Amino acid sequence: MKERLILITILAIGAAGCNESVDPNEPTGFIQVKGSDTIVNAAQMVSEEFMKEYPHVFVAITGGGSGVGIASLINGTCDVATASREMKPKEIEIANKHDVFPKEFTVAYDGVALIVNENNPIERLSIEDLHKIYTGKATNWKEFGGKDMEIVTLSREVSSGTHMYFKEEVVQLGQKGSTEEFFNQTLLLSSSQAIVEEVAANEAAIGYLGMGYVSERTKALLISKDGVAYPPNTDNVKNKKYPLSRGLYFYTNGEPQGVTKLFIDFALGPKGQQQFMETGFVPIGDTSVAQKN
Amino acid sequence: MHKRISEYFIETCIKLSGLVVIIFVVSIFLFLLKDSLSLFGIYNFRDFLFGKSWLPISEPAKFGVVPLFLGSLYVTIGAIVICVPLGVGSAMFIAEVAPAYLKHVLKSLVEILAAIPSVVLGFIGIVWMGPFLRNALNLNTGMCGLTGSLLLAFMALPTVISISEDALIGVPKTFKEAAFGLGATRWQTLWRIVLPSASSGIIAAVMLGVGRVIGETMVVMMVTGNSPVIPKSLLQPLRTMTATIAGEMGETVSGSEHYFALFAVGLILFIITFIINFIADICLRRARR
Repeated sequence: MKERLILITILAIGAAGCNESVDPNEPTGFIQVKGSDTIVNAAQMVSEEFMKEYPHVFVAITGGGSGVGIASLINGTCDVATASREMKPKEIEIANKHDVFPKEFTVAYDGVALIVNENNPIERLSIEDLHKIYTGKATNWKEFGGKDMEIVTLSREVSSGTHMYFKEEVVQLGQKGSTEEFFNQTLLLSSSQAIVEEVAANEAAIGYLGMGYVSERTKALLISKDGVAYPPNTDNVKNKKYPLSRGLYFYTNGEPQGVTKLFIDFALGPKGQQQFMETGFVPIGDTSVAQKN
Repeated sequence: MHKRISEYFIETCIKLSGLVVIIFVVSIFLFLLKDSLSLFGIYNFRDFLFGKSWLPISEPAKFGVVPLFLGSLYVTIGAIVICVPLGVGSAMFIAEVAPAYLKHVLKSLVEILAAIPSVVLGFIGIVWMGPFLRNALNLNTGMCGLTGSLLLAFMALPTVISISEDALIGVPKTFKEAAFGLGATRWQTLWRIVLPSASSGIIAAVMLGVGRVIGETMVVMMVTGNSPVIPKSLLQPLRTMTATIAGEMGETVSGSEHYFALFAVGLILFIITFIINFIADICLRRARR
């Protein structure tokens, strides 16, 4: 009986192998996509749709943070780097030194949401308030009309694009050359999910993450810049009313070729954009061309 | 003749494997040394060793290793303080007191404890132990050094238990018989005769436990909060050297200042474990005499 089973299995595998004869015109290959944790779920879904359409192209998606993606693009260990921030001029300079010439594609837009525990009475904060909280100038929720609790500030690791974006826009208030740093008591957590867990469990915590990670378990704050506060949602990001809105990017080394080009076109096309929308991001308005550089 | 050839062959094999290990250790050290020394061409050595802030992506970047070193030190001391009494105590129980059937059950349970992957422990730390400690001790956050120390103590327990148990079992029976013959109780024998005679093995167990704890990465990265501050107590978030290397290595471009700085941190870790092993070795030799 057992031998029979094994024989059948071998035959089945053999038969499957025979069916695998590839149409020579069909694209085959392997694409390594690495980078932003913010986009990793969306990219995973795009790749699954992509592999349905092109079954002989294999796409591997890894997270780790935008910095990880950009570093591996420079080190030549990935085909597409995903990033939730733009490459810094210094990074481009280093890339060029390594004979890598990054080309940028904006694939979607995202809002950076601030989340607090459901039992926290605070509903809205301004960018100025966030700046005070994240630089340690304000350390108690009392100062914003909340309970008398010390604020626990949560942040992503330094490899995160969201960390970099938040540092520039909130900690340094968008001023170039500012030397403000994150409050040194800030907890640096290694994933967006870890931030969700801590905020869901800790009444005094505040954390930031990509809009796609906001769930029922935590409360997203309304954020104001010049008076009016807006919740982080698709419409407010699209019309730029939500103050912490940003682009999400794919980077390739030079003009994308072969299967990599197919993948980028697919992500920017209607089917790819659909996946970004389903994972909570805002699709780019004009799906035909959306690139610079 | 035939015997001679096989003897020679086996001898050479053993000699070669010994040499290979030495070559590995030396080349790892040289590799670390080369990349970390590259840092000091571009970054001040004293700022690295005595710098009080670790800000790797700021302009200009600061690579002060003091907060990371103290983070590792605090977590390790905490873990050892929790782990050693527990571990040596259980080893004494298993080796000397427990009845045979319980001995088998306990030994296999200790082995299972050793088989738990560190990520799983880290997850338990995030979801359960962190919130529990926060409520129990009324802290701001459960992501603190103590959570890390407790979980690391769990991880080091199997090492400490099994090696101390071996040491206790290895004490010659005659010692015990002599003590009993002089009218000592079971406790007096265990505490004054067996434990001191096994001290060399127990010190080795503790040192290996320290080695395990200081090199552990995943758990501390998940539960200690990773704030690069100079810690004042175990009850606040801190960042260890291992978590820094693991958390930041992926984003560095090879050959950059940050990359070399992480290697320099790795070199410090290497030197620390080297010193620990060296001390353990000296202790062992002294105890044997």
